[in-house]
Amino acid sequence: MHNTAILFLEFGAVVLGLGILGALALRVGISPIPLYLIAGLAFGTGGILPLATSEEFIATGAEFGVILLLLTLGLEYNAGELVSSLKGNARAGLVDLVLNAAPGAILALVLGWGPVAALAMAGVTYATSSGITAKVLSDLGWIGNRETPVVLSLLVFEDLTMAVYLPVLTAMLAGLSAVAGAITVAVALAAVSVVLLVALRYGRYIEAFVSSPNSEVLVLKVVGLALLVAGLAQQLQVSAAVGAFLVGIAVSGELAEDAQALLAPLRDLFAAIFFVFFGLQTDPTKILPAAGLAAGLALVSMVTKLVTGGYAARRAGIARAGRVRAGIALIPRGEFNIVIAGLAVAAGAHPDLGALAAAYVLILAAFGPLAARLVQPLLTRIASRA
Amino acid sequence: MDVEQTVLPGIGLRHEFTTRSGRRIGVVSHRTGRRDLVIYDPDDPDRACETVKLNDEEADALVELLGAPRIVQRLNALHREVEGLVSLQLPISVSSPYVGRPMGEAQVRTRTGASIVAVVRAGRVFASPAPDFVLAGDDVVVVVGSEDSTAAVADLFASG
Repeated sequence: MHNTAILFLEFGAVVLGLGILGALALRVGISPIPLYLIAGLAFGTGGILPLATSEEFIATGAEFGVILLLLTLGLEYNAGELVSSLKGNARAGLVDLVLNAAPGAILALVLGWGPVAALAMAGVTYATSSGITAKVLSDLGWIGNRETPVVLSLLVFEDLTMAVYLPVLTAMLAGLSAVAGAITVAVALAAVSVVLLVALRYGRYIEAFVSSPNSEVLVLKVVGLALLVAGLAQQLQVSAAVGAFLVGIAVSGELAEDAQALLAPLRDLFAAIFFVFFGLQTDPTKILPAAGLAAGLALVSMVTKLVTGGYAARRAGIARAGRVRAGIALIPRGEFNIVIAGLAVAAGAHPDLGALAAAYVLILAAFGPLAARLVQPLLTRIASRA
Repeated sequence: MDVEQTVLPGIGLRHEFTTRSGRRIGVVSHRTGRRDLVIYDPDDPDRACETVKLNDEEADALVELLGAPRIVQRLNALHREVEGLVSLQLPISVSSPYVGRPMGEAQVRTRTGASIVAVVRAGRVFASPAPDFVLAGDDVVVVVGSEDSTAAVADLFASG
């Protein structure tokens, strides 16, 4: 009884605190993710206000948050878009992958963290935060811009790459042998292909099963299905997150819109808990020593994203100002990078990886949207001077 | 005039074109039903300098003011409700054998099973045209039917 009271007090204080931080972020016009991470750092071991009993509860909430993040991400896309995006943007997508996975991987190798940590760090620097970028595009009125489809296609490509990358990472983190790892990857690839095929050909059967005029039934069915598939995927060592993502892709059309709207508040709550949990796991005393390194890495990977965006936009026939905007829009890192780092930390890839990834995402999640906000006045001034 | 269509993954569709005077305008159709009217910056043709958000009602009002065929939008809604029903907008080329002849002579419904529900001419909509309605080049005929039958109507108007 006494424990429940403390749990509620702690958990309530954390969530309320996040709400206040979110309001602050909204006022300043930045993404709340860096503030959530900082809150997690403050509540964690070695922080200013360590939690006593609710950490376990928050850990489970965080896992659920990852599932919901990936499920709602999958809901945003339908299979047709994914396939056409893969066909049309494979080259720009590969440039994105090579240029942006390299900084993290090279840094980890130079530091002597070993190949598994290098793979994790490659993911940390590679993935742009589709959540933050989508918000930046809509906040700044860039959705109508002609370079925006280029940016969105790259995001889609990255998200699909994750469906292959996460199983590979999970397998390597689990220390599976080459054969077992290869089997896992094959299972993941097969699952992705089957889901795309099923969604393209037989999507209406899934919709007929999940669909309900009652929003309560719809939420229960979608979440239940996602958790079930996520559990199954985890059992097959394919990563629970990928399972949830695939469920999101398979559900499309108006049903996906309804589900997305219904799940959004749930996702917001548990995703915030996830960011706090990552902060909790990270020792704040390690953040400052890692800050210099993280800043350097952030700088390098900002340049590589700018190059990527510029290259992809130029291929689409976009003029110079649009190319800069495309690059800037790709800078923010956020939820995926933390998901990847979270997996690596949980598996004990390297003791310093969590702090480096946290500092890195803190910098880019905060600076990315800010840079996007500042770039247009700058571009206009340059254009008027020329 | 070329209207360019671009898919915005996760958002919807964008249509855009350049006017004769050199201004580029577009419409972003969000999946949620929201429409954005977008006007591009003349100095930076890739940038949307003005974005006007429109809900369903406002978009309809604008369409009506501009005189474009709203009927097609209504047909698309119908199309979503009835599975297997296709509505098709067929431009009638000036070389079509039916130009200048009453529509009844094509015997569309008897020969294909599809129905002509409207003709759009220079932005004006003639709903439920009678068999004596005379077709002209550059008319757009709106047909409703199964996928095969509407395709058959396209062949019929192209080659008789």
